[in-house]
Amino acid sequence: MSFNVKKIRKDFPLLNAKHTLAYFDNSATTFKPLQVVKAVDDYYLNFPSNIHRGEYDLSHNADERYEEARNIVADFINAKKEEIAFTSGTTESLNFIAYGLGKVFLKEGDEIIISTSEHASNILPWYRLQEDLKIKVKLVPLDSKGRITLKNVIKTITEKTKVISLAHVSNVLGYILPLKEIVEYAHKFNIIVVADAAQSVPHMKVDVKDLDVDFLAFSGHKMLGPTGIGVMYGKKELMNKIPPLLLGGGMNTRFDKEGNYTFKESPEKFEAGTPPIAQAIGLGEAIKYIQKIGFAEIQQHIGTLRKKLIKNLTKIEGLKIYNPNAESGIVTINYKNVFAQDIATFFNVKGVAVRSGQHCAKILNDFLMAPGTVRISIYIYNTKEEIEQLIKACQEGDNYLDAYFR
Amino acid sequence: MPTLDNNMMRAIIMDHYEHPHHKELKDDNKYQKIHMDSESCIDDIYVQVFVENNVIKDLRFDGVACAISTASTSIMTDLLLNKSLDEAKEIIKNYFNMLYEKEYDEDLLEEANALKNTSKQANRIKCACLGWIGLAELIKDK
Repeated sequence: MSFNVKKIRKDFPLLNAKHTLAYFDNSATTFKPLQVVKAVDDYYLNFPSNIHRGEYDLSHNADERYEEARNIVADFINAKKEEIAFTSGTTESLNFIAYGLGKVFLKEGDEIIISTSEHASNILPWYRLQEDLKIKVKLVPLDSKGRITLKNVIKTITEKTKVISLAHVSNVLGYILPLKEIVEYAHKFNIIVVADAAQSVPHMKVDVKDLDVDFLAFSGHKMLGPTGIGVMYGKKELMNKIPPLLLGGGMNTRFDKEGNYTFKESPEKFEAGTPPIAQAIGLGEAIKYIQKIGFAEIQQHIGTLRKKLIKNLTKIEGLKIYNPNAESGIVTINYKNVFAQDIATFFNVKGVAVRSGQHCAKILNDFLMAPGTVRISIYIYNTKEEIEQLIKACQEGDNYLDAYFR
Repeated sequence: MPTLDNNMMRAIIMDHYEHPHHKELKDDNKYQKIHMDSESCIDDIYVQVFVENNVIKDLRFDGVACAISTASTSIMTDLLLNKSLDEAKEIIKNYFNMLYEKEYDEDLLEEANALKNTSKQANRIKCACLGWIGLAELIKDK
C-alpha cells in the first residue's frame, strides 16, 4: 500500500477537529485509530465476559479473541505464542523480568549492566535487586554523541556480568542500539540480554529470533494501541525457568491446605488475575493497522519529516539539537538558556504539543549538561504542515513568555 | 503602583528571570532553609530566610527552575524583605488568592502582580507558588 498521510489521518478523529493540535509527543503515547477503538468497543459491547470460562459461548468468544491477539503479537515479533505474556505495559514487563531473574539467576556479587540513558523502568527494578541481593548495577558509558556502542558494552562486561538490560531505542536521544551485536557477544559469556523495546517496536521491524535477544518488553499505547497493555517476551526455556511476581487466579494449576501450589506454564504463569482483555484485542488491531501500512513506508515518512525539521532547526541561532543524526523519530533540543518547560508551554500556545523535562531518564543530565530538554517525537500521522508549524514556533522561541500574555 | 499592562508584566518577569535577586544561599546557622522540588517538573530550589525580632531580615534562594518559578521567587525575596512576619503572611495569602482567582489586594503585591496571568496556565500555577510555599512553610510557626 502506498503511504497516504491524509488517508491515515481520517482514522484519527482528533486530527480532523477544527482546532488541530500538532501533536509531537508520540514517544510518550500515540493517538488511537478508529479501528483500535472499535475493536475495544466490540469487546465491551458484544462479548464482555471473562476468559477461561469456556462453558458458555460468550466467554469462548472472548477467549478466542484474546488468544488471537497473542498470535498477532507473536507473529509481529517472530516469537512463539508461549513466549508472549500480556502485561500492563513495558514497566510491568521489565519488573517481571528483573524479579524473575533475581529469583533464579542472580546471587551476591553478580553484575548487571544498564546505561545512564535508560528510562526509570529499566533502572529502578535493577536498583532494588542491587539492594536486595547485593548485586552490582554498572552503567555503560555513552560515547560523545550519547550512543551506546558495542565497544563500550564490551569494556563494561566482567566475568561477574550476568545480565545486560538496555533500551533498544533511547527515549531521550532516539538512537538505535546495536542490539544484535551486543547479544551475539554477550551470549559467548552466557550473559542474558534484556531489551526495553518501548520505543523501537512502534518504529521498526523487531524480530526476536534474528536478534536472538533473551527478553524484550514493549507497550501497546506507544504504537496506536490502548493503554494498560504491554508485552513481555522471553525465550521459551527462560520463561519457563523464571518465577512470576504476581500470583493468583488463572496462573496456578493447583494448591492445597498444606500450602503446596504449582503454576501453569508460560504465558499463563505471568497473567494472574483477569487480564486486560479489551486492551489485548485493541493491541492486536493496532499491530494489524501498522502491518497494513508497513514499516518501510512508516520509516520513510517519519525520516522525511525529521530531515526537514533538522534542516530548518539547524538554521535557528541559539537552538541546540542533541541528536541530529538519530535514526528514530525523536529530536531533542534546547533553545538558548530558556528552561525547557517554558519552551514547551510556549509551543502549546502555538498549537504544538511536545514533552519537556527529563523524560524519566534522570541520570542522563550529566551527559546532556542541561537540567532538562524539549523532546519532539514524530509518528505516522504527522504532516509536513505540522513540521512547518513546529519550525515557526521554534523560530519565535524568544517570545516564550507569550504563554502568559495572551 | 499603577496597574501593570502586559508589556510591563512581561518585562518584570523577564528581568527577574534573567537577573534574579538574592539568588545565592548563605552558609550561616542563623538562616533556616527549605528544599522545594516539584514532583511533576524539574524545578528544584532552596529558599532561605533569616528572621529576627519577628522581622524577615534576609531572604534568599538558589537552584534550577523555570522562568515563572525563578521570577516569582526573586520578586518574593524583594517584596518580603524587612517585612514583619504578620505582614509577610498577609502578602503571601493575597498572592495565593491572586493565583487562584480569588479576591486579593493588588496594592500589597507590587511587582508580584506581574504573575497575575499565571492563573490562565493552570499547570504553571505551581511554578509561581513554589518559592512562596517554601517561605510560608518556613515561617508558619513563628
